[in-house]
Amino acid sequence: MSVDLRVEGVEKRFHGAADGTGRVILGGVSFAAPAGGIVCVLGPSGCGKTTLLRIIAGLETPDRGRVAVGDRLVNGPMREIGYITQETTLLPWRTVLSNVELGLEFAGVPPEQRRATARRHLEFVELAGFDDYHPKQISGGMKQKVALARSLAVEPRVLLLDEPFAALDAQTRNALQEVLLHVLERTRTTVVFVTHNVDEAVFLGDIVVCMTAQPTRVGTSVEVRVPRPRDRTGPELNALRKELLAFLTEQRLASRPARGEPEPQLPGSAVASAEKPPEKARAR
Amino acid sequence: MVSRRRWHFLLQLAPLVAVALLWEALSAAGIVPENRLPPPTHVLGGFAELVTRGLPPGSHLLGHCAASLRRVLAGVAAALVVGIPLGLLMGRSTRLRTLVNPFVEILRPIPPLAWVPLAILWLGIGDSSAVFLIFLGAFFPILLNTVAGVLSIERGLVEAAVILGASKRDLFVKVLAPGALPATITGVRIAVGVGWMTLVAAEFTGVKSGYGLGYMIMTARDIQRADQIVAGMLVIGLIGFAMDALIRAAERRLLRWR
Repeated sequence: MSVDLRVEGVEKRFHGAADGTGRVILGGVSFAAPAGGIVCVLGPSGCGKTTLLRIIAGLETPDRGRVAVGDRLVNGPMREIGYITQETTLLPWRTVLSNVELGLEFAGVPPEQRRATARRHLEFVELAGFDDYHPKQISGGMKQKVALARSLAVEPRVLLLDEPFAALDAQTRNALQEVLLHVLERTRTTVVFVTHNVDEAVFLGDIVVCMTAQPTRVGTSVEVRVPRPRDRTGPELNALRKELLAFLTEQRLASRPARGEPEPQLPGSAVASAEKPPEKARAR
Repeated sequence: MVSRRRWHFLLQLAPLVAVALLWEALSAAGIVPENRLPPPTHVLGGFAELVTRGLPPGSHLLGHCAASLRRVLAGVAAALVVGIPLGLLMGRSTRLRTLVNPFVEILRPIPPLAWVPLAILWLGIGDSSAVFLIFLGAFFPILLNTVAGVLSIERGLVEAAVILGASKRDLFVKVLAPGALPATITGVRIAVGVGWMTLVAAEFTGVKSGYGLGYMIMTARDIQRADQIVAGMLVIGLIGFAMDALIRAAERRLLRWR
């Protein structure tokens, strides 16, 4: 399978300190996404997943390393790379339809044609009939569908999604995951999907890239060889889930001393000990 | 049954009528001297005379209103043409904001009327002078509100547009300008108010054409017609009110998406 997106040794520091040292966020991240594949980037919260995705999108520059789409280096935002975030970025003064038309409008596509294209993409995401609604009038799940249609309407090679369904309830989230898979079957867009949700990662991904705690690197990369449609609660995904959860727990424990926050063990504090399994912690 | 809306309107009108009646009664009882504050009936008479005979005779009220309105609209329009693009640019560029802000902060506190001597020196007595003063008064509210409007646009919106291929021009016309619009409209409402205030005062200092509400009021003062002074003041109030109502109606239409 050909590689569509290559992330090579990406490093990023947070330049907060006056001496220019700063905290290392990304400590050399490398992975590749095969053309038409879905790569889920899974990692503990606050590990720099969003920073990584913003670098891939060209919204931020890495201190070291590079990102390439096909044989083009990413050095700024470009239409080949779509980007969807958790918070809606629909223009609130535009209707659903004209939001989806936005990218086509920027590209100078004539009105009739772009309207038709926008309508087709709204149908792909199962949102026909809401053309004239404003973002304020539709639900969070619907907004993310519009965002998806808007991104795909300009036919990007790579689509980046940063926890796009994290703010939605479980039912809606599941429904949208299926809509996403359904659309991608048609468009064959290469996808990088960032999430902290293991269930989501194993359900969607062809590959799940698991990040370490800060400084963030790729800890482990798992290929999900389960044919679609996948059974969310089937034994294959459950086994994978178990494996990945174990890895994430390990990362969380490893990050404790590094962050320098010694947690005082209150006598009889069930909450504190529940988060940190005592046996394992002592064994280290 | 009266509708809710009409009831609301009547409720707003009632205190006005009550005050007018009280004022008339106080005048009739001789408590408020007529030559200082004429009663509503006299004001109405003065108003009728302004409409039919004009002041100075031949210069009718409608002409005064039209002249004043034209000046306000010209001044505010000039402020829009300069203030909105500059505001959008300043909202987008921190550097430009840093460069321009000192000028804004020093010029802004100067009341438009303090510019009268310079305006007359530069432009003479007449329309251009008045329009210039109104422009000065209207410019800053429009500029500053537009800047604030751009700054209030979420970064994600701008980034999404750039990723979708927005050119610089697209970004300004299709994202920043509409995103800042709610704030800009607030600025326009303030600007029209300030412009109107500035106008009347500017007309006090003289106009060449012999038309303008401020000029009309000064003429009424010259001939000691308190009734016509008050009538002129009320006309100014009503026009200002009507203009604001118009802007608010436009605002509701333009910002229906909110």
